Amino acid sequence: MSSVVAEHDDHHDHGPEKGILRWIFTTNHKDIGTLYLFFALAMFFVGGTMALIIRSELFEPGMQFVEPQFFNSMTTMHALVMVFGAVMPAFVGLANWMIPLMIGAPDMALPRMNNMSFWMLVAGVLLLASTLFMEGGAPASGWTLYPPLVLQTGDALPFAIFSVHMLGISSIMGAINVIVTVFNMRAPGMTLMKMPLFVWTWLITAFLLIAIMPVFAGAVTMLLTDRFFETSFFDAAGGGDPVLYQHIFWFFGHPEVYVMILPTFGVASTIIPVFARKPLFGYTSMVYATSAIAFLSFIVWAHHMFTVGMPIAGELYFMYATMLIAVPTGVKVFNWTATMWKGAMTFETPMLFSIAFVVLFTMGGFTGLMMSVAPSDFQYHDTYFIVAHFHYTLVPASVFILMAAGYFWLPKWTGNMYNERIGRLHFWLSAISVNILFFPQHFLGLAGMPRRIPDYAVQFADWNMISSIGAFIYGFSQLIFVWIVFDTIKGGSGKATDEVWEDARKHSLEWTLPSPTPYHTFEKPPEKIPTEHF
Amino acid sequence: MSTDKAYYIPSKAVWPFIGTIGLMTTLAGFANYLNGFGYGSTMMVFGLMLFVLMLTGWFALQAAESESGMHNHGVEISYRMGMMWFIFSEVMFFAVFFGALWYTRNLSVDWLGGFGDGPGRSTNMLWPDFEAHWPTNGPGEIGGEFETMGAFGLPLLNTLLLLSSGVTCTWAHHGLLAGHRDQLIKGLAATVGLGFLFVICQATEYHEAYTEMGLTLGSGIYGSTFFMLTGFHGFHVCVGAIILTVVLFRSMKGHFTPENHFAFEGAAWYWHFVDVVWLGLFIFVYIL
Repeated sequence: MSSVVAEHDDHHDHGPEKGILRWIFTTNHKDIGTLYLFFALAMFFVGGTMALIIRSELFEPGMQFVEPQFFNSMTTMHALVMVFGAVMPAFVGLANWMIPLMIGAPDMALPRMNNMSFWMLVAGVLLLASTLFMEGGAPASGWTLYPPLVLQTGDALPFAIFSVHMLGISSIMGAINVIVTVFNMRAPGMTLMKMPLFVWTWLITAFLLIAIMPVFAGAVTMLLTDRFFETSFFDAAGGGDPVLYQHIFWFFGHPEVYVMILPTFGVASTIIPVFARKPLFGYTSMVYATSAIAFLSFIVWAHHMFTVGMPIAGELYFMYATMLIAVPTGVKVFNWTATMWKGAMTFETPMLFSIAFVVLFTMGGFTGLMMSVAPSDFQYHDTYFIVAHFHYTLVPASVFILMAAGYFWLPKWTGNMYNERIGRLHFWLSAISVNILFFPQHFLGLAGMPRRIPDYAVQFADWNMISSIGAFIYGFSQLIFVWIVFDTIKGGSGKATDEVWEDARKHSLEWTLPSPTPYHTFEKPPEKIPTEHF
Repeated sequence: MSTDKAYYIPSKAVWPFIGTIGLMTTLAGFANYLNGFGYGSTMMVFGLMLFVLMLTGWFALQAAESESGMHNHGVEISYRMGMMWFIFSEVMFFAVFFGALWYTRNLSVDWLGGFGDGPGRSTNMLWPDFEAHWPTNGPGEIGGEFETMGAFGLPLLNTLLLLSSGVTCTWAHHGLLAGHRDQLIKGLAATVGLGFLFVICQATEYHEAYTEMGLTLGSGIYGSTFFMLTGFHGFHVCVGAIILTVVLFRSMKGHFTPENHFAFEGAAWYWHFVDVVWLGLFIFVYIL
């Protein structure tokens, strides 16, 4: 076993192994980050294809292309693939790449486990994808896998459950690695309150992951035993309760959606100051706001279940607790806006995506606030309004920020600048089409169109057609990003400087390194810690 | 080789990939078995063998690296933190089943029995005669009649076994810290012995439940929560005892120093965690 020892000069440009085995057995945080990012990008298109199947079927009323059962499989699998295969892995990829660079560490703290968490992810997604080809079809109960409906799944059920187990193991290992890296591997002088906000948000996200993934694992284990081993957890005849599953699921599920949004906040807080050429406004309040959001995420879960028949005290408690989330979130939006206020702003592609994020995420947040009001939620529940809400918080928020992160760091990763004109084309196509896609769904939901159905009454026809057109424009314009990635790797529009963005060096450590980053970095800890970001 | 200041970063890892393939094969095999395909169990055994091979190889590698001094203080701290957060994830896993027990026992069974009934609720239409009580196998009396497990036979003995194993484990740790290898080995052997004795008692209790008391995993919500909680705990005791056995063999080979013994500490933490879970079980499942 050869070993690379951090802080040893003679290993300075020790490069990677050649061939495919480099990628299978790698322990290098940059390699693993790259694997995660490419895997996530691939799954983004797999999940996206499923979304386009859904939108094709909904293009007009009546049954067009697919069977209702398959349609329901598509809504279920689209969600599972996007959540567990695309958005979460993409952020883990960014964490792998950027956290050691941002805190001046030679690598992640537990490099072998890092490798395992990536392959566990691939294995989990393979198990999930295999259900598409099984007797009885893929799970069609919605990604929440509510019993008793989910227990009617065919051969796919145990595979889906074990897939959740493997994805859970993967996430827990990845999260433990992040926490240990942040607590144990920071360069001298990099105190917690000097860390870039991306590191902070990931630290808190990792805590959420360790707390919730075992909960989801427990919930699906009970589904498994209810189906195959005669238990009665979710069967009222045996003294159990199907609503118990919903409580457990959402105790996982609510923090889970924050797992996808907190690193989004972190990247936005990293990008906006660079292009506003100002320090981040309210660094400390950002840290506290993120912590507050994480804490609140554990005590609001039943707002997903207002119509299930809870006692009135429960409805009221979960309603008020949910509204509280708007406070720290409002702090964040205020801080981003104040960061841009009177800044010397320029509008390169990463900044465009980030500004769109601030605006469109705020809209998604406001519709969330509308639904937190329990009596109103009785009207919105399980309609397209909720679909519009969470897609606004995931697509023009998480996905836009992932794209922004791609444009922001690609020059650092590859050493080449991306094509700015094509980047802006990608942005404008995405920003316009995403609103054509999701905004009409608010109207559909308020008018009463239920979610997860393959057919609908004719009064919903117009907005559905517009939404589907937006979906196709949005979906196909994402291919531009694939082109950008490969074009930038091949040379893009010329060499990037080490600093890439003007004065970026003042904000974070990665810009003090050469572009592209060497295979091993910070074998000697950095001497000076940037302080511009707080 | 590592120095006091340098952090050891392995350049490649073979075992994680092999372990992943092993686990995936095991789970896919199990799923096929559950779906009624004969080849599932073969697949499962093959996957498990691969997984055990990974565990053996990986831990042997870690032990060898640790003994050759590659794990400096910084690496040790990473391992300790990693273990603590892993145990935290286990706490959350058990919390789910304790939560399910609390929810059904204190809320949903009462609701089934009509507590808080009002207009729009269907409980009384389905099972108008059901009266809430605990233990229960529900209005459908799923699994038929059963007796409940008392607290003061084998379970009390099991409590004493596990608590004393916690004591012997700490005694072994003191021996290790003081450089008394003899005390370390004796203490660990006693801990492992008590651990396996616990597993035997638990197996006897299960046997009794199934053969004489009519209490099975299928005995409604009582049987479900009883066997899931104690079953997952028993599984963790087995894992902990196996880990401690490995640590015992390593101690006999002369591994560990008073300064460098993460494997022992990790195993001991895990063991105490399993112990604490049992105390929770003893109170909430057996006594109350």
